[in-house]
Amino acid sequence: MKYVNQFLVIISISFLGEVIHHFIPLPIPASIYGMILLFLLLELQIIKPAQIRETCDFMIQAMPVMFIPAGVGLLEKWGYISDIWLPLLATLAISTVIVMAISGWVTQFVNRRFGSGKEDAS
Amino acid sequence: MSLFNESVFFGVSITLFTYFLGVWVKNKLKLAIFNPLLISIILIILFLAGTGMEYSVYSTGANLISYMITPATVCLALPMYDQMEALKKNAAGVICGIISGCITSGVCVLACTLVFHFNHQIYLTLLPKSITTAIGIGLSEEMGGITTVTVLSIIITGIMGNMIAEGFLKLIRVTDPVAKGIAIGTSAHVMGTAKAMELGETEGAMSSLSIAVAGVMTVVVAPLFAMLW
Repeated sequence: MKYVNQFLVIISISFLGEVIHHFIPLPIPASIYGMILLFLLLELQIIKPAQIRETCDFMIQAMPVMFIPAGVGLLEKWGYISDIWLPLLATLAISTVIVMAISGWVTQFVNRRFGSGKEDAS
Repeated sequence: MSLFNESVFFGVSITLFTYFLGVWVKNKLKLAIFNPLLISIILIILFLAGTGMEYSVYSTGANLISYMITPATVCLALPMYDQMEALKKNAAGVICGIISGCITSGVCVLACTLVFHFNHQIYLTLLPKSITTAIGIGLSEEMGGITTVTVLSIIITGIMGNMIAEGFLKLIRVTDPVAKGIAIGTSAHVMGTAKAMELGETEGAMSSLSIAVAGVMTVVVAPLFAMLW
């Protein structure tokens, strides 16, 4: 029954996420409401990590597989990007490099300036 | 082909099988470019194109797998909860780093959109490209992007981040392990995190923390950028 119970918790919270999504007209996916809800329930100790640990580990491990169908959908949507795939690749490369640099520099600067984390890091 | 048209588990089987092959190839060759997800997608596309099978025949079964994305995303709350201590210790640097990364990502996409003359839908499609697929796919759908292209952008971003992280961070003199982890997780989500884990325990924990935090922040920031152009 362990896995059934764990699944019950996860699936119910997913459903609650959909309910919240239905009533709040913001461009936030139902999954995010569910994730925040579960996080709060954990922080408030209403749900204990042990009550969901194995199922969460399994779902997170299996996650890449879940994105395959969406990726294969490119077969149908190729027309949208057939003319611009090269600039698209360039955009991805440029922004990956810049985002990595900025977030790294800022974190390092703030950590050094305010000392926090310097001891922990070593 | 009616057998395949009626089958639910054909789509599931081929998805799992090609992923299995992808993992096998990756373990043999140990290069970021041989990403199991990318290999699986390419193999299935080749298979469908080769046999002339309709995408809808494949997706009937494969959708069963897609439905699991929402509960799997909910499950991400657990590692986030596990890493709250690490977040509290380095709160200021972590939060500033991730926020600046999310905004930078939006600015870069906007700038490239203007330079390359992308249309509005492609702009929306690219905004979630640095975050984890689970959140990015939902966000792209909510904003009106092309989810398929978002997924591929996210995968390609992850592969690039994974490949360049170690050398690039050394080059730009980011040496603090916390900063390295945040930089990798914010720019290249889960696939970058795999590299961060190789670099060290602090790097790995910080990188996986930033997947969740950057994902949630981007959910807030991206719709604002969507209104800019």
